[in-house]
Amino acid sequence: MMDDWTTLGYLASAVLFILGLKRLSRPRTAVRGNQFGATGMLIAIVVTLTDNAILGFEWIIAGLVLGTAVGAVLAVRVQMTAMPELVALFNGFGGGASVLVAAASYIEAADLATDTPRLSAAAGLAALIGAVTFTGSLIAFGKLRESLKWSGFKGMQVVSVVGVAAAVVFGVLMVADAGNALWIWLMVAVAAGLGVLVVSPIGGADMPVVIALLNSLSGMAAVAAGFVLDNSLLIIAGSLVGASGLILTQIMCVAMNRSLLAVMFSPAPSGAGGPSADDVYAGKVRSTSADDVAMLLEAAERVAIVPGYGLAVAQAQHAVRDLARRLEDRGTQVVFGIHPVAGRMPGHMNVLLAEAEIGYEQLVEMDDINPTFEQTDVTIVLGANDVVNPIARTDPSSPIAGMPILDVDKSGVVVVIKRSLSPGFAGIPNPLFAADNSMMLFGDGREAVVSITKALQQI
Amino acid sequence: MDLLIAVTLFVLAVFLGVELITKVPPTLHTPLMSGSNAISGITIVGALVAAGADHSTFTAVLGFAAVTLAMINVVGGFLVTHRMLQMFGPKRRRDTSAQVSKASSADGAETGDGRARVMDVDR
Repeated sequence: MMDDWTTLGYLASAVLFILGLKRLSRPRTAVRGNQFGATGMLIAIVVTLTDNAILGFEWIIAGLVLGTAVGAVLAVRVQMTAMPELVALFNGFGGGASVLVAAASYIEAADLATDTPRLSAAAGLAALIGAVTFTGSLIAFGKLRESLKWSGFKGMQVVSVVGVAAAVVFGVLMVADAGNALWIWLMVAVAAGLGVLVVSPIGGADMPVVIALLNSLSGMAAVAAGFVLDNSLLIIAGSLVGASGLILTQIMCVAMNRSLLAVMFSPAPSGAGGPSADDVYAGKVRSTSADDVAMLLEAAERVAIVPGYGLAVAQAQHAVRDLARRLEDRGTQVVFGIHPVAGRMPGHMNVLLAEAEIGYEQLVEMDDINPTFEQTDVTIVLGANDVVNPIARTDPSSPIAGMPILDVDKSGVVVVIKRSLSPGFAGIPNPLFAADNSMMLFGDGREAVVSITKALQQI
Repeated sequence: MDLLIAVTLFVLAVFLGVELITKVPPTLHTPLMSGSNAISGITIVGALVAAGADHSTFTAVLGFAAVTLAMINVVGGFLVTHRMLQMFGPKRRRDTSAQVSKASSADGAETGDGRARVMDVDR
């Protein structure tokens, strides 16, 4: 069916995707890598358009124009703080496209009676994985925008199990009764429901894992569509994406010391059993003011700033940049300590700080910055909580026991900028806030940092 | 394509993907994710065939919707990745190294060479 030129063109695309991914994983070559990927995609599209199987171009041109316009507008207008939800949305669209491709092929094969068990089974898998990716990503999109708070209902795990069983039944029926288009739509409906059920209860700090996993699934949906269409490029490119998404998922799980199954099926770790917030905090929390913090910073030689999701919520990245620059002008050394799962997607903090033009060499990874906290005079924790909770080191019964954390408590003074003493995602109190060398600066992250910078100017 | 050959391609490509991506610095986690996400829009190839196969209006409409969704994924994904990677490039450095970095990147600022050099700083 495919002629030799098409096959060779697809081979060129596959090679460009491989080289592109390789280059995307090195800072020096990342821009080039992305261009390689885009070039590979362009070749794939052009080669396909010249393929003999394409007879009419009206629908194609309409789709290409519409999709290009929408994609470009979204990509150019998005704020960097909204990046996680945009990635989730794009991801969902990719999954949705795979569902539609599988459905169109399945229906066409049914009409022409060219269906084979292999085509039907692959279409079933593509519909299942693609639809889970589509609705799962849309739910993740809503959660990341914080416009969706719903986290499911009691007994939804039972419903999910029933849904999985139904998906298996419809998959079998798609193969056994391949002439009937009804089955693939039932499969899509059940899978769409499953995507909602699986992602809804997950939230907060587990979001980076979910985003990475959905990314992997969108690749797997393309693989399944490749088996439907007998297309080598879809299989290769989809597998590459599936594998890279799995690796990111793995990195995120290790950084939280949780297994993927724990993230998926026991979403909210409960804080029950540990000491209550009152026991930990009573009478021991010291509150401070922007002026006092400025005095501390004025005398410091080395300052570490540890950002968390609160930085993104407060849109404080530019204010933090101004503070860091002011300190550097005074000869103070400033570094940023980045926890791998800080934020709502892998690498979230790095993107935000880069947007604020904070030098990439100032962002220090957890393993590199931890040994230096003892030589750090002041550490500012901005909107982070569980990732700096020393209980992860000390209390083996705590829900976050064993999770790698940033050892900010070892620095001379810790200033925690936070709205209140409310717990983080893990739902447990943080003894750091009550430690002898800690003080709390309550308030909005951005306003607090701006006040500190102003106070520094007046010293 | 023989089913076994297709399965072989799949398994080998997964192993290749794993080898390619291990040891990615955290700074690149987000761009890598959005870039690979754009590559998963490769399903556009199948969408084009479905939209142009001229089988029935219904499958053509399905194909049209698939082309649109996949194209949003592809164009948006590569563009947004490019935007992010640009931010990791050289910025107006205010410290003492600003002059040095400006001077050294003056020759290659437009070609991306300057960016590449500055991004290599802590590797």
